Formats: sequence, C-alpha cells, structure tokens
Amino acid sequence: MLDPYIESVLIFTGINVVLALSLYLPVSAGLLSLGQGGFMAIGAYTSGYLTAVAEWPFGIALFCGGLMAGLVGLIVGIPTLRIKGVYLIIMTMGFGEIVRVFFLNFEPTGAASGLGGIPTYTTLPVVWVVALLALFLCFQIDGSRIGRAIEAVREDELAAEVIGINLTRVKVSIFGLGAFVAGIGGSLFAHYATFIDPGQFSYARSAEIFMMVVLGGMGNFIGATAGAIVVTVLPELLRIGDAQQWRMTVFGALLVVIMIVRPWGLLGVRR
Amino acid sequence: MMLIQQIVNGVMLGSTYSLVAIGYTLVFGVLHLVHLAHGEVFMIGAFAGLQVVLLAGGGVAAAITAAAAVSAVLGVLVYLLAIKPIKARKGHFLAPMISTIGVGVVLEELATRAFGGEQVGFPVQMESYVWHLGAVTLTSVQLVILLVSLGLMFALHLFVTLTRVGMAMRATAESMMISHTLGIRSDRIIILTFAIASALAGVAGVLVGMSFNSISPYMGVDIGIKGLAAMLLGGLGNVYGAMLGGLVIGIVEVISVAYLSSSYRDAFAFFVIIAVLLLRPRGIFGTTDHVEG
Repeated sequence: MLDPYIESVLIFTGINVVLALSLYLPVSAGLLSLGQGGFMAIGAYTSGYLTAVAEWPFGIALFCGGLMAGLVGLIVGIPTLRIKGVYLIIMTMGFGEIVRVFFLNFEPTGAASGLGGIPTYTTLPVVWVVALLALFLCFQIDGSRIGRAIEAVREDELAAEVIGINLTRVKVSIFGLGAFVAGIGGSLFAHYATFIDPGQFSYARSAEIFMMVVLGGMGNFIGATAGAIVVTVLPELLRIGDAQQWRMTVFGALLVVIMIVRPWGLLGVRR
Repeated sequence: MMLIQQIVNGVMLGSTYSLVAIGYTLVFGVLHLVHLAHGEVFMIGAFAGLQVVLLAGGGVAAAITAAAAVSAVLGVLVYLLAIKPIKARKGHFLAPMISTIGVGVVLEELATRAFGGEQVGFPVQMESYVWHLGAVTLTSVQLVILLVSLGLMFALHLFVTLTRVGMAMRATAESMMISHTLGIRSDRIIILTFAIASALAGVAGVLVGMSFNSISPYMGVDIGIKGLAAMLLGGLGNVYGAMLGGLVIGIVEVISVAYLSSSYRDAFAFFVIIAVLLLRPRGIFGTTDHVEG
C-alpha cells in the first residue's frame, strides 16, 4: 500500500496533467484561455450531480461531465473566431467568473453551500488511465493531418485559410475539445474531493492551469505535462523541513525565478 | 431608490475601478503586458493606508499619500525584479505574465502573514456630513472618494497631454523603438509608468477600504478582475477607455444589484463585456493594433 499522502499527491498530479492538457489543446491553435476553471466546474458539477443525486454509474457520469463542458466550450469557442490574444484571455476569464457565480446561485447543486456526498470513484489507476488517454490524444493529434492544420492556424491564420483550412471548424472544435478534457479533469477532481463548492473553481484555479502550460513551455504537450507536475509537486516538496509556513511565498518567488531563467518555459523551445 | 442615486453610487464605485484599470492600461500600453499582480499592489496600498491611520493616527489625506508612495515603490520593484529581467531575455510573450502571477502569490501570502487572513475594518477620521441634493444623498466619505478619483483622472489627463514627460510616455506607448530612437529614455519612462500606475492603484485601495469599511489580503483578485474587465471594455492601452470602462462597470454593477438580483452582481459586468466584445472586439475606444495580442 502506498502512503496516503503520496497517493493523494500522485492523484492530484494526474488530475492536473489532464487539466494542463485541456489548455494545451486550444493553446496549440493559438487560443489562450484563462477560463479552464469554468469548464472544470461544469464537468465537476455535472458528473458530481449524476453520481451523488441521480446515482448513475461513474463511467457514464465522467463522460457526461466532459460532454457538458465540451458543449459549452463549443458555444464559447465561437467568439474565438474574432477575439484574439489578450482580449481572449480576459474574455475567457470573464466566462470563468460567470460560471462560478452561476453555480454560486444554482440551487439544484447546493448553490453557495456546495455539493457534497459525491462517491470516491477517483482512484490512482483511474486518474492515470485517463491522464495517459489524454496524453495519447494529444500525441495522436500532434502527428496527424489535423495537428498540422492546427499548427498552421497558430502560425498564420490568413495563410492557413488560403491553403484551404476551415478556420471555423479547427478553432471551434479544438476549443470545444479542450473544454471536454477540462470537464473530464473536473469530474475526476469532484470524485476525489467528494465535496465541491464554487470557490474551488475560481480565477485562481484557471490561473494555476494557465501557469502549468506556460511554465512547462507552450510548444508541446510534454511541456504542459512537465508544467503540471512542477506546479503540483513543488509546493508539496516545500512542505519538507521548516519551510512549511513560507511555502506559498517561496513557490511564488520560484515561479518568478523559473520564468527569468527559462523565459520560454521549462521544456519550451525558442521560436 | 431613485435611478439617479443609483447612478451616483455606480459612478463612485466605478471611479475606483477606473483608477485600477488605468494602471493596467498604462502598463499594457508600454509593455503589452497584462500585469497580474496589479490587484495585489492595490491591496498593499490599502494596507499601507490603514497602517498610517492605525499607527500614526493619520487622516484621509495622509493615508492616501502613504498608499500612493508605498504602491509606487512596490510597483517599480515588481517591474525591476520580475518583469524587466524576462523582457531582457526576450522570452515567450506570456512569460512575464506568469511571473507577475508569482509576484501576486508572494504579495498575498506576505500580507496574510503580516496582517492576518481576516477582513479588517478601515476607520476613517473624518467629520461625517450628509448632503441632500434633490433626490441624491451624498455622505462626506462618498464625496471624498468621488473628488479624489475623478480629480486624479483629470490630473493624469493634464499630465499626459501637457507635460513633456507625459508626452514621452504616450510616445513610448505608441512605439517604444521609434521613441527610443528619438532620444526618449524608454527605461525611465517604463519605470515612471509603473510608478504612476501603481500609485493610482494604491489610492484606489484606500478609497475602496473607506467605502466598504473593510479590507483583506484577498481583495486584490476581485478588484483585479474588475479592473481588467474595465480596461478591456475601454480598449487595451487606452487611458480614457479605462476611465469610461470602470465607470460603466460600476454603474452596471450597482444598477443590476438594485433592479435585478444581488447574487449575480459579479457576473453582470462580464455579461456586458462579452456582449461588447462580440459586437466590437477591440473595446469601445480600442484600435485594432492590440487585437492580435
């Protein structure tokens, strides 16, 4: 048996890998989002409600959580055709806030007092099977025709459109796919935490996911994975010794130092 | 309550958002950077003001001055320690943003350790009057908030349009390379920009503390989000847009609470923004330059 503390760190690492990949997908097409926490909340609440209240089996609830987030993602993805860069970052941040306030007032899922009694279905094997599936998805997309289309859109939209890439389809579907993966990540989180409330899916959560991807290096999904591992494990390592009470301060300072030393991200490539 | 009273309250709330949004937009103008620790600089300013009131028994003016000074120094330090080194190495354009998130975490943690994680009251040593102007009721605290924030905005307007340094600031925001070639020391201008942006945020911190009579180390995030929204509404990098954007968001917030539902107050501002973005993606006054990010 694994030490429960180590097990929980490994589970959170797995969940964060899924979440980081959920942002990597739209980022690979040049779509930056600071609202992944919102999609995560939709997935978490949908699947949590389905298992805790409607008593559906976990597998179906997990998928429905992702699906719901993905559908919302498709709708939110439409404006990405017109809105870019910093505007998109702030717009998605606004979306995340709207989702949070929505769940803060939505009575069927407990509003501000949160949704409890969610069964603990998220175990270590489950998390890592899902994380590996997400990694495999990114790997498959990277090497495919679609992946090259996505890369073309990121590098030069106009040129991509001229050579016959359907911008609308690529951008909206990759944004929706990212939202789907974030919803899955949220479902995993809900079935490990067993209690969720809107505060857990605030701006801070979205910023954390954003941090993982940029810190790891935006060029590839291995970078996003590395970023997720660093952002999860680093604060835990800082628990060791007397540093305990200063750990978040040190973590913040280390973020600054890492970005100074590796301004392209840990595994990023200078472009 | 009457609509006109709501609008006055909205302008009061919104003018503090404007001060924060101006900071974001000034920084964005010169560096094309979203300064994600700006909300925490605002929070530190509020606490600096509070310390002056509590420890030195200072009045409103002393609190505002102290907040402006402390925040200005802090803002410049943030630039020198966490932004400039990354800019110098020409990293990914989002790298400085992540580093400012790190700074935000540090500042919030330090404030929590120094002042505790609870909300604390913000006592104001000021005679309290109440004026009734027709349908509008105005307290002296509200009047001070309005006068200070609108006054600072007007002063900023005079500064950037009439003084040489202000013009150099605008030139740097227009194009750093060309203004540098013309002999403007861009590095000094950037430092000055951070000082002004942060001082305004610090003053806003005291004003918000006065108006809600409470501050906490976690207040930076909420105001930061509102300030970003206001900047976006006005158009990135546009000072007058940020002023107007803040006022619009303040008014929308107050009116939505009064006539619709208080539980959605933090979301309404964003509904407005998303609506504006869909119709006019560059914001009210924005140019297309920055849309590419």
